[in-house]
Amino acid sequence: MLKINQEKITEEIKKELMGICPFGAFIEGNNGLEISAACKMCKLCVKKGPAGIVEYLEEVKETVNKDEWKGITVYVDHLDGKIHPVTYELIGKAKKLAKITNHPVYALFIGKNITDKAKELLCYGVDEVFVYDFKELEYFVIEPYTNAFEDFIQKIKPSSILVGATNMGRSLAPRIAARFRTGLTADCTVLEMRENTDLVQIRPAFGGNIMAQIVTTNNRPQFCTVRYKVFDAPEKIARASGNITKMELDNNKLVSNIKVLGITKKEVELDISEADVIIAAGRGVKSEKDMAMISELAELLGARTACTRPLIETGWFDSRLQIGLSGRTVKPKLIITIGISGAVQFAAGMQNSDVIIAINNDPNAPIFNIAHYGIIGDLYEIIPGLISKIKLGDSLVKAVV
Amino acid sequence: MNTIVCIKQVPGTTSVEVDPGTGVLKREGIEAKMNPYDLFALETALQIKEVKGGAITSITMGPPQAGEIIYESFYMGVDEGYVLTDRKFAGADVVATSYTLSQGIRKISNYDLIICGKQTTDGDTAQVGPEVAEFLGIPHVANVGKILNIGKDSITVQMNMEETLEIQSIKLPCLITVEKDIYTPRLPSYKKKIQTKDKKQLNYLSIKDFTDSNEQNYGLNGSPTQVERIFPPEVSKEKIMLEGTSEDLSEKIFSLLVEKKFM
Ligand SMILES: Cc1cc2nc3c(=O)[nH]c(=O)nc-3n(C[C@H](O)[C@H](O)[C@H](O)COP(=O)(O)OP(=O)(O)OC[C@H]3O[C@@H](n4cnc5c(N)ncnc54)[C@H](O)[C@@H]3O)c2cc1C
Ligand SMILES: Cc1cc2nc3c(=O)[nH]c(=O)nc-3n(C[C@H](O)[C@H](O)[C@H](O)COP(=O)(O)OP(=O)(O)OC[C@H]3O[C@@H](n4cnc5c(N)ncnc54)[C@H](O)[C@@H]3O)c2cc1C
Ligand code: SF4
Repeated sequence: MLKINQEKITEEIKKELMGICPFGAFIEGNNGLEISAACKMCKLCVKKGPAGIVEYLEEVKETVNKDEWKGITVYVDHLDGKIHPVTYELIGKAKKLAKITNHPVYALFIGKNITDKAKELLCYGVDEVFVYDFKELEYFVIEPYTNAFEDFIQKIKPSSILVGATNMGRSLAPRIAARFRTGLTADCTVLEMRENTDLVQIRPAFGGNIMAQIVTTNNRPQFCTVRYKVFDAPEKIARASGNITKMELDNNKLVSNIKVLGITKKEVELDISEADVIIAAGRGVKSEKDMAMISELAELLGARTACTRPLIETGWFDSRLQIGLSGRTVKPKLIITIGISGAVQFAAGMQNSDVIIAINNDPNAPIFNIAHYGIIGDLYEIIPGLISKIKLGDSLVKAVV
Repeated sequence: MNTIVCIKQVPGTTSVEVDPGTGVLKREGIEAKMNPYDLFALETALQIKEVKGGAITSITMGPPQAGEIIYESFYMGVDEGYVLTDRKFAGADVVATSYTLSQGIRKISNYDLIICGKQTTDGDTAQVGPEVAEFLGIPHVANVGKILNIGKDSITVQMNMEETLEIQSIKLPCLITVEKDIYTPRLPSYKKKIQTKDKKQLNYLSIKDFTDSNEQNYGLNGSPTQVERIFPPEVSKEKIMLEGTSEDLSEKIFSLLVEKKFM
């Protein structure tokens, strides 16, 4: 709790505190300066404010017995038994975290006809896979999935639970965290383990403009979600040694008020504004037939193609694929611009992208002012070279697996 | 069909900066506004009302001035509004926020459907909707991209997953969180503003109005997560120019893509 020492408050201090609080929580109340519900307990007023004005009073809370909670669990994200790769990345992270506290690593697998697929998880070094395999769990519907998850937590008592921040994970994890009234930290980009089993979670907020370090010190289990491609997947191990445990669940836990009426594969959307990776072509690409290599590159990278306005005018592209002031604004994790000069009207639509790689043969092209990686060279040589490298790399990977 | 829409007041811009020296957030000209994602939730409720009738109630937890966004929702066509405000709500994380909202919603009680936005632009967790549903003991569906049918005791929606679209029929009462672009939000109407001025009252609720008045369940006390520190992201806006033979350049792009995990 925060305590304000009213007797020391002056007009100046009031102003100073109001200036410090990033959430505008200080208000003038009947009893002088007060802290409103806008307060996020960032404690900046305590640390950065004038000494002795705002104090933080630690409250003694009932604490959990952390020794009773053991193990780091990864929730297995999958569609029809096809395991989402974020699961392996989380297993890799869980193994590193578990070393510090000497905990086992578990996987929780909920679905229908999945038991034989659980072996796959053992190949990544999981100590035990807990499987809830029931026909009622064929589709992701919230109540039975939450009930299975709850059952697992009550029986196994894991200390930490990592969930992939997929649409499914982001719907399931908060539901189950609320059931246990415990902490869930969203979209973590850094995870560290303390020796007392507290998980240190760092995440971006305010659209990535600030980072917050968050802990759940008084509750177990502690939950977090992590996006795909944040951590590295571990190597497969030759001799898997873990166990697969089939779990029981009461029939009444499997009922739902939700009926799944149909599932369809998504069509490739024309909207590029949500794309993670974009290959953008400009007038440096001379003819329509050259677009084949651009499309090939995009396909290899799982990217969407887009373009500058002049290429819309040639009719090579659907107008929804134009980036820029009079087109779409995009903020992908990666954009590769190919033969684009970087006019302000184009840049306006993409300059906040996470990584910009620009390929242009003119060293003075303005695109290089906003690119993180500027590649000075001829696209007609670089792109085919890149394509064959990716294909070669792919075949090497396949040969190893 | 009575609907409750959860809306939140957020800073007017997300381009807040943390001063790396002092760790203090610089907030120049930050004004508060309605979380933009909540406009889609409001519009969904208004569209449903146009077809099925009933009343729409908006609800927010926040400081007293969060009442501004409730008024804004009135100007869009919402019928009634609640502000859950109490000093004891300060420092709430998702669990405490959702629990507080669920207590407020229990107080309002008469509802068939609750609609939340996809996420906020400040806390940005997208967790409040599912947690509110859990505290109310009702089913929820997140990432709703389309309302397909509204029956007497169920609603059929299209849920947006990464690779699939799923059609689900959910028994009422239930909670949905809606995608941005589910409908185009209307602008607040000047006519409604004139009509509602002085006529519509905000309802304020605090802990003492709730059935659970145990302070341990609200605000910082009721929050299992603690923010230990806030700091600026590392600015690794490296800038690297590469020249050389085309063969070299292809190779360099290739390694870059591997290093950054795009392959
Ligand atoms: C009001 C207004 C709104 C506009 N809105 C938009 C908009 O929304 N989006 C948009 O894109 N534009 C918009 N424009 C147009 C914009 O000003 C530029 O004309 C346009 O973006 C240029 O497209 P470009 O980069 O493809 O072509 P160019 O400017 O012609 O650039 C082609 C580039 O390719 C390079 N190149 C050529 N050959 C090769 C090769 N073999 N290898 C490597 N590089 C090569 C050249 O060095 C050059 O830099 C707008 C203009 C106006 C006036
Ligand atoms: C930097 C930072 C990081 C944070 N990280 C976490 C974290 O990882 N875990 C955690 O538990 N808490 C976290 N918090 C606290 C959290 O942001 C607040 O508890 C907040 O009240 C709710 O979360 P949200 O803004 O993420 O809402 P979201 O879950 O993103 O909001 C989804 C929807 O819920 C509804 N809603 C949300 N808040 C309200 C409200 N106050 N009134 C009415 N409707 C509402 C709206 O319909 C909204 O569209 C963080 C806060 C900060 C400042
Ligand atoms: S703790 Fe942070 S949010 Fe709360 S009043 Fe102090 S500065 Fe403002």
